[in-house]
Amino acid sequence: MPLVLEKRAERSAFIAIASPLLAIALTLLTMSILLLALGKNPLAALYVYFVEPLTDPYTLMEIAVKASPIVMIAIGLSLCYLANVWNIGAEGQFLMGAVTGSYLAVVTNGSDVGHWLVIVMLILGAIGGALWALIPAICRVRFGANEILTSLMLVYVADLIMDYLVRGPWRDPKGLNFPTTAAFDPSATVPVILDGGRLHAGVIITLAVVVIAAVLLGRTIKGFEIRVVGAAPRAARFAGFKSDRLVIFTFLISGALAGLAGIIEVAGPVGVLQPGISPGYGFTAIIVAFLGRLNPLGILIAGLFLALTFIGGEGAQISMKIPLDLTKVFQGVLLFYVLACDSLILYRIRLIGSQQKTA
Amino acid sequence: MLIVEAIILSVIAASTPLLLAAAGELVVERSGVLNLGVEGMMIMGAACGFAGAYLSGSTFVGALCGIAAGVALAFVFAVLTLGLAVNQVAAGLALTILGTGLSGLIGAGFVGQKIVPAPHLYIPWLSDIPVAGKILFAQDGFVYFSVLLVVGIWWFLYRTRGGLILRAVGDSHTSAHALGYPVLKIRLLAVLFGGGCAGLAGAFLPLAYTPFFIPGMTAGRGWIALALVVFSSWLPGRLVAGAYLFGAVTILQLHAQALGLGIPSQLMTALPYLATVIVLVIISRARGSAGSVAPASLGTVFVPDR
Repeated sequence: MPLVLEKRAERSAFIAIASPLLAIALTLLTMSILLLALGKNPLAALYVYFVEPLTDPYTLMEIAVKASPIVMIAIGLSLCYLANVWNIGAEGQFLMGAVTGSYLAVVTNGSDVGHWLVIVMLILGAIGGALWALIPAICRVRFGANEILTSLMLVYVADLIMDYLVRGPWRDPKGLNFPTTAAFDPSATVPVILDGGRLHAGVIITLAVVVIAAVLLGRTIKGFEIRVVGAAPRAARFAGFKSDRLVIFTFLISGALAGLAGIIEVAGPVGVLQPGISPGYGFTAIIVAFLGRLNPLGILIAGLFLALTFIGGEGAQISMKIPLDLTKVFQGVLLFYVLACDSLILYRIRLIGSQQKTA
Repeated sequence: MLIVEAIILSVIAASTPLLLAAAGELVVERSGVLNLGVEGMMIMGAACGFAGAYLSGSTFVGALCGIAAGVALAFVFAVLTLGLAVNQVAAGLALTILGTGLSGLIGAGFVGQKIVPAPHLYIPWLSDIPVAGKILFAQDGFVYFSVLLVVGIWWFLYRTRGGLILRAVGDSHTSAHALGYPVLKIRLLAVLFGGGCAGLAGAFLPLAYTPFFIPGMTAGRGWIALALVVFSSWLPGRLVAGAYLFGAVTILQLHAQALGLGIPSQLMTALPYLATVIVLVIISRARGSAGSVAPASLGTVFVPDR
């Protein structure tokens, strides 16, 4: 092979900054080629995708609403991935949070019980997500079962549990047999904070989570422990850090955050529990976690960027008849380029001639 | 047709895509690479396989298109994980997201179209045996191929020099490299092979299982195939048993629903997923940790130093 990877003596600081920009540039180039292949004008399409949503206050608020759950989940996942714990079932934890939190809204429906209700719902949602995440954590710690597979399998199970509830016991009796609960009462709803849009209080919670995560990772022993266990498991053992306890801890935190995102989504923008409340937020959050370099601030920026592609993709579907699947292609391609470019931080690509090859 | 015969036939049809995809992934993992993108390669195989069969009118061409699609995606994965030493978990997930999106784009024009399903191959006089003849000797080409594939993989892994080298690479890439084996080249071939199998498994769905294409029609089968590889402890023989067990669970839950046992259909649908979790726990516990049977280098990045 004429091209080989060579480990750099130290991390390249320049590429660390340039890599996400390079990845985005390469993605835009690839997308332009794909758009041409679809017979669309790439410049016009990219404008609809990335610029038009930024020109209108309503879509700007929609971007924040869309980014909120993704960022919240991705923050939790980043803690897992930093510690080398592979929770990829955040989608299921999101749904279980939505389900457990909705329980109170369903049983109190019609009786105005006061504004404390929504707060209790959020807490219940976080607990529900955390407990759902505890299953793969315990399977890994107690039995050594691979958490990638168990956490993922539980996504399908969570989806089916929700499906059962909204078609069965929790179905709105006045809902004409549609699989949905009754619309939540105002006391069970996350309040809107700006008139004229759907921007809700959950966005503030997400921002708080970002700040707390930044402090936790940068300024506390626990954050140090997470990074050491992930980066150097042997050193962590010498330091007395228990990796099993950390598996449980990171799963609980990420599950709780995913569950909280789930109940906020249901009690906020959606307003009822019904199938399809998540267009794959739990999976998009994985991309966001990596795109944001597993860094809280990076995740915030990456989440807003991905939300922009969702909103832009919807706009492109309406105004240019570009299929929604293109948004997924875009996200997959972006993740590929980010991973590839990040590899250049640690390695350099060297062209070796035939002389060196024989040496 | 007897009901038992009908059930067995549908179990075989449900098990075949799982077996094809899992067999390919088994080889990939034996070489030390964990490709989580099986679901993405399968759905691309389904979309391209259907497109190929619809445009050419031939199941065989469709199957080849499915294989080609799987290999193409696997190549992207190989460039990243082998060429650029990217984390295999992240790259595999990216592959699934990309495959899901691309298959939607490619398949969009074919939704609602129908093709002639893959013909069943009747083996002369053997297929005339009552019951067993229909089940064993009157299947479509995919079913026969899936069995041959697993036998071939077993023979390759345990009876050839190439198989020994592949397993050595999966168990210790540094030792294999020190002995002079081209670790990355062997892994590249394994990953491409796995991609072809996943693509073929995906193509089976619209070509033989249902004669039409729907976006997302793999419905998590790629993930079950991944679980099956772990379930089988990376042994081809057990893989066959596991695939048929899972196929049987999928079909039996449909029949249990039809019988109206009063069990929520969602619980029955969740059974294969719950079974995967339970099986994972049991086999991991039986061996203390999954690591002792898994290929020792599984999922770790290898950068040769010269």
